[in-house]
Amino acid sequence: MSEPLLRVSGLTKHFPVRTGFRATGLVRAVDGLDFAVRPAETLGLVGESGCGKSTTGRLLVRLLEPTAGRIEFAGRDITHAGRRELRPLRQDLQIIFQDPYASLNPRHTVGRIVAMPLRVNGIDPPGGVRRRVQELLELVGLNPEHYNRYPHEFSGGQRQRVGIARALALRPKLIVADEPVSALDVSIQAQVVNLLRDLQRDLGLAFVFIAHDLAVVRHFCQRVAVMYLGRIVEIGDRADIYERPRHPYTRALLSAIPDATRLSPGGRIRLTGDVPTPLDPPSGCRFRTRCPKARDICATEEPALVPRDGSGQSVACHFPEPDGAGDLPGHDGAGDFPEPDGRDAAGTSGAEVTA
Amino acid sequence: MSLSPVEGVALAEIESTGDGPGGSRVVGRSPGQLAWARLRRDRTALVSAAMLVFFLLVALVVPLIEALYGIGPREQFQSRLDGFGMPLGYAGGVTGEHWFGLEPGLGRDIFIRMVHGLRTSLFIAIAAAVITAAIGVVLGTLAGYLGGWLDAVVNWVTDLTLAMPFLIIALALTPTIALRLYGQREEVPPTFQIGVLIAIFALFGWTSTARLVRGQVIALREREFVEAARASGAGLGHMLFRQLLPNLWAPILVSFSLAVPSYITSEAALSFIGVGLTDATPSFGRMIYRSLDYLQTDPAYVFFPGVTIFALVFAFNLFGDALRDALDPKSSR
Repeated sequence: MSEPLLRVSGLTKHFPVRTGFRATGLVRAVDGLDFAVRPAETLGLVGESGCGKSTTGRLLVRLLEPTAGRIEFAGRDITHAGRRELRPLRQDLQIIFQDPYASLNPRHTVGRIVAMPLRVNGIDPPGGVRRRVQELLELVGLNPEHYNRYPHEFSGGQRQRVGIARALALRPKLIVADEPVSALDVSIQAQVVNLLRDLQRDLGLAFVFIAHDLAVVRHFCQRVAVMYLGRIVEIGDRADIYERPRHPYTRALLSAIPDATRLSPGGRIRLTGDVPTPLDPPSGCRFRTRCPKARDICATEEPALVPRDGSGQSVACHFPEPDGAGDLPGHDGAGDFPEPDGRDAAGTSGAEVTA
Repeated sequence: MSLSPVEGVALAEIESTGDGPGGSRVVGRSPGQLAWARLRRDRTALVSAAMLVFFLLVALVVPLIEALYGIGPREQFQSRLDGFGMPLGYAGGVTGEHWFGLEPGLGRDIFIRMVHGLRTSLFIAIAAAVITAAIGVVLGTLAGYLGGWLDAVVNWVTDLTLAMPFLIIALALTPTIALRLYGQREEVPPTFQIGVLIAIFALFGWTSTARLVRGQVIALREREFVEAARASGAGLGHMLFRQLLPNLWAPILVSFSLAVPSYITSEAALSFIGVGLTDATPSFGRMIYRSLDYLQTDPAYVFFPGVTIFALVFAFNLFGDALRDALDPKSSR
């Protein structure tokens, strides 16, 4: 395997809670993440709302300042790099946002929006900015003649394509996609995800793909990390996570995917209660308050994210599922994701994972 | 202002007018163009805008009007007054020569004094509005975008300014400054009086714009397009002027167009209570102040400046409202 493009170790972000001038609490949004992304690899980051996925994404592109930990990009430590130091790296590290209605400046033309990263970084591409922008618009499947139009003239899916074109303008090596399709309706989701996958293949991009939709992640990502309350509870290849999940939370999450074709009685793992507050996470294992397998040790000792049997799958649990116990009720290897254009009909089963 | 699905109406319009000059380029309409189109459909806006254009034109070509009219603002026509100093003839001495009649007492021509007063009032109001808008926008964007201690300081100063009683300070400060600079006997030049009025308005008026802009910037700061620019490495200048300011024009324009009439009335009020301009400079406030003595004997003297200032302020307010509707069609009327 090649050197990782992005290596994150012990990444932590705490938000102080203030009443008046006194700090009265600490939201542990992200609490010690370790993972790596290799060039041209797609890592999915899944978890329920409020588990720190988006915070992680914003930390990676340095929109937020990490409280602790280390972010290395292409072998350089960028954890606390300033704006000027980051400048050359900005070109390699871009972000796509969730809400296509908020992520484009309503007063700028599409051409200006896509050209913004070029202009800000003082780049004059061969053939001129306009030419490059039109190439980018074509690349993401938009009419290059729409250069002079304004965002309000586009649909949600088209807007998200504009956002993707903007992220591609600097020819990045890694794109953080922060729930890029969750604001779109399902048929448009498929188009945008397929566009991202084509771009990933053609341009050799690496992705950190943040989503709460497990089907989309399964369709798009080669590796998957499952987050719970600011920590990674399980990370591994797509096939391992989806077919042989070993952490009880991963199993519960997967069993919650609605499946119209098979409704097996009692097959769903129901978690009781809510996610505890990140202001005061539980001692030991964070999942223990809702875990069906919790014992005394779970309250006293925090399980480390340990790799098992050399498959690249790591799980943070004192009592992981044994191998081969992964046959989740109601789930086989078939794709859960609609394929409107039929182009990738064979690609969903996980057979084309080559990385 | 945010633009979202409501703007979808515009989509159809654009599709139909899709082919621009040359046939190959697709021409979109900017949010500004859409607002302009909405404004042109609004009859109130058209009428008030026409009135404003008329007033502004009159104020701009005062010397020309004076030359054509043939009467200066300080010329006295005592021969046309009766023994009590009241103008001869009907309606305060309205004739073909003196369109709005003559002042009782001094016998000056009311029309040309009003034209001059319009220029004074509009100059003071627009200058004060420009200065307050500039101060408010700069402080508001910086405080809103940077936050932290700067925001705290700006907010504190805003609160302090709002807590100061405008009238009392204006009443106390203006004569003191004039006395300090010019002494007891010297005449205070009109430019100084105008400058003092503008300074007083600027000192007290920037707070509302600053608060408005600060709020807008705080709302915009969290929007993802701002973060996208930050993620691309944009500096403070780009963030403020390229990303934020284009989204602030609408509220700034509206607050500007509503600030102008309030300064016109404030100037008249201050001149009325004797803080602002003296009689040497023609202004609406002074004219109305003088005319009140003749309310019963010569009502026409109150009528002409009163109606004009009413029409001016009314037109500005209507236009400001129409502008707000055009720029932000979602806000309820």
